Amino acid sequence: MGMFDDLRFFGGFKVTLKQVLEPRVTRQYPKEKQPKPPRAHGRHVLNRYEDGMEKCIGCELCAAVCPADCIYVRGADNDPDAPTSPGERFGFVYEINYLRCIHCDLCVEACPTEAITESKLFEFSFTSRADAIYTKNELVVDDDGMPKHLPWEDWRDGEDQHSSGWMRATAANGAAQYEGEVQWSGELGYGVRPAEAGQSGRRDDEATGNISVRTASRNKIPIRLGGRVR
Amino acid sequence: MPDPLFAHGVGLAVIVIVIVKAVVAFAALLVATMLMVWFERKVISDMQDRIGPNRAGPFGLLQSLADGTKLFFKEDLLPDRADRFVFRLAPLLAVVPAFLMFAIVPVGGVVTIAHHVVELQVADPPMGILFLLALSSVAVYGTMLAGWSSGSKYPLLGSIRASAQMISYEAALGLTVVTVVLESHSLSTRAIVESQAHHFWQWNVLRLGIVPFVVFLIASTAEMNRPPFDLAEGESELGGGFNTEYSSLRFALFYLAEFMNTITMSAVAVTLFFGGPDGPGFHFLTWLWPIAWFVGKTVVFCYIQVWIRASLPRMRYDQLMDLGWKRLIPLSLGWLLVVAGVIVSVAWGFALLGAGVVGAGLLYQAVRVGRRRRDTGAVVTGGGRAAGMTRLVATLDPEKSGS
Repeated sequence: MGMFDDLRFFGGFKVTLKQVLEPRVTRQYPKEKQPKPPRAHGRHVLNRYEDGMEKCIGCELCAAVCPADCIYVRGADNDPDAPTSPGERFGFVYEINYLRCIHCDLCVEACPTEAITESKLFEFSFTSRADAIYTKNELVVDDDGMPKHLPWEDWRDGEDQHSSGWMRATAANGAAQYEGEVQWSGELGYGVRPAEAGQSGRRDDEATGNISVRTASRNKIPIRLGGRVR
Repeated sequence: MPDPLFAHGVGLAVIVIVIVKAVVAFAALLVATMLMVWFERKVISDMQDRIGPNRAGPFGLLQSLADGTKLFFKEDLLPDRADRFVFRLAPLLAVVPAFLMFAIVPVGGVVTIAHHVVELQVADPPMGILFLLALSSVAVYGTMLAGWSSGSKYPLLGSIRASAQMISYEAALGLTVVTVVLESHSLSTRAIVESQAHHFWQWNVLRLGIVPFVVFLIASTAEMNRPPFDLAEGESELGGGFNTEYSSLRFALFYLAEFMNTITMSAVAVTLFFGGPDGPGFHFLTWLWPIAWFVGKTVVFCYIQVWIRASLPRMRYDQLMDLGWKRLIPLSLGWLLVVAGVIVSVAWGFALLGAGVVGAGLLYQAVRVGRRRRDTGAVVTGGGRAAGMTRLVATLDPEKSGS
């Protein structure tokens, strides 16, 4: 207990004055956005094959697995003269209620034909309950294989690239010996995508559109660890 | 010296000049307050690595205007159990003194308009600085009555705190002002400023030693209810304190008063201790330089106020009272004696200073010894942090405490 112990709290003044020179951490959010993590879960898209056929076969596995009970699917027989999807059946009705969806991605896991995947878009809102239910009109990709841009969704340049959320390090069945081998069908707009890096490190980030977690979160990592924040 | 404006009687021109001065000061103070709110929010966000208001107008300059407009259009609530008359009166009691206090602050030099010598301040009464002290006491009523008339418990607690705190710190504030008056031989603010003119070593902050200025800064912060002395508001413990029940325009008035007080007190500190509008000038635009100096100094003080707010956490109530009664009042009273002694004779003054330092050291030592006896004097008295810690350690780890 020195006589001037009470004066130690003046150290606070030094701290606040030093902070004036520090960079601001606030971001001008709607104007500038942080890059989204490569495996972010956003609103769904229904993919199509490269020839334009729909991938969905109306099997309802997604609806069955959905823990939030937000997917409603009805299958129907294809018209043999003008089939919607290759094979016997197609998704006749496909609805997702976004007031219920928790974006757990289980439907993507369950889908046998990689028909439903998730884009990274989460910045969308509605003004009525009816608008929250996306139907096939909204979910199916357009003729270029890109997700449809709805008026109440905030897509920015480049955000619809690689939006299929397709990102398998190993083969579809998850077996390690198939690592790096393509075991999935091509899709409209993207073709057959190469595999992401797996345990053995073979990767082609440019082709897969993968961003490493470190790159994506550079703005949160201190400079001394290779990031941008002091 | 009386105001030279009235030296040749009061004519129409004089009345017009007085009215113009009042209106200009009023408008300037309002605009300054608006900018002060913006300034405070910007500076404090600088210190917290944030951006601060940047939406309304360039650099967010119009933010306070937007906030004011919003408050203006909100519903004006009058609590059921409120004292209707006093509840409406209190915000005015807070705002009006804040305005009036600025009237005695000299913002510039002396100019001649239409053969009339005009001092650049709204009024220069011979008892100038007493006017300031009186009005800062009236402002206490605004806070106190606001809490009392709300008919609600948290505001009441806030107003009790406010009245005790403001009265305590008023003593220290008054004593430091007395040292200034002793040195300047006048109560008039114009005379106080003139006695400090021409050289910065004549400024009262140096002439009186740093101590009265430091005490004035602390006491005026407490007087304004600004952090770290904002116990009357205490968002975290009183949910807003004395102004909890206020909404709409009446709340805006309290808000206005708070920030206006910050400016006024900064201006008064500049007047009393930093020579007011004194500073080197040039031969062109001679009337402008003193005003520029005054504004510059005041802005520096406003920055210091914001800096204090950003740096210090709110004090505990007992700490607040300790600081006021046990430290600031004895210190400013002792310093007043020393200043008086130096004015009588330098030798006496320094003798007093020496005696004061020795006495203060002895007193401090005595308090420390007493406190240590109490703290280590064990369980019987049951008091003290150290004794409590000893007991706590004993409970947690019997081996370590050696019992």
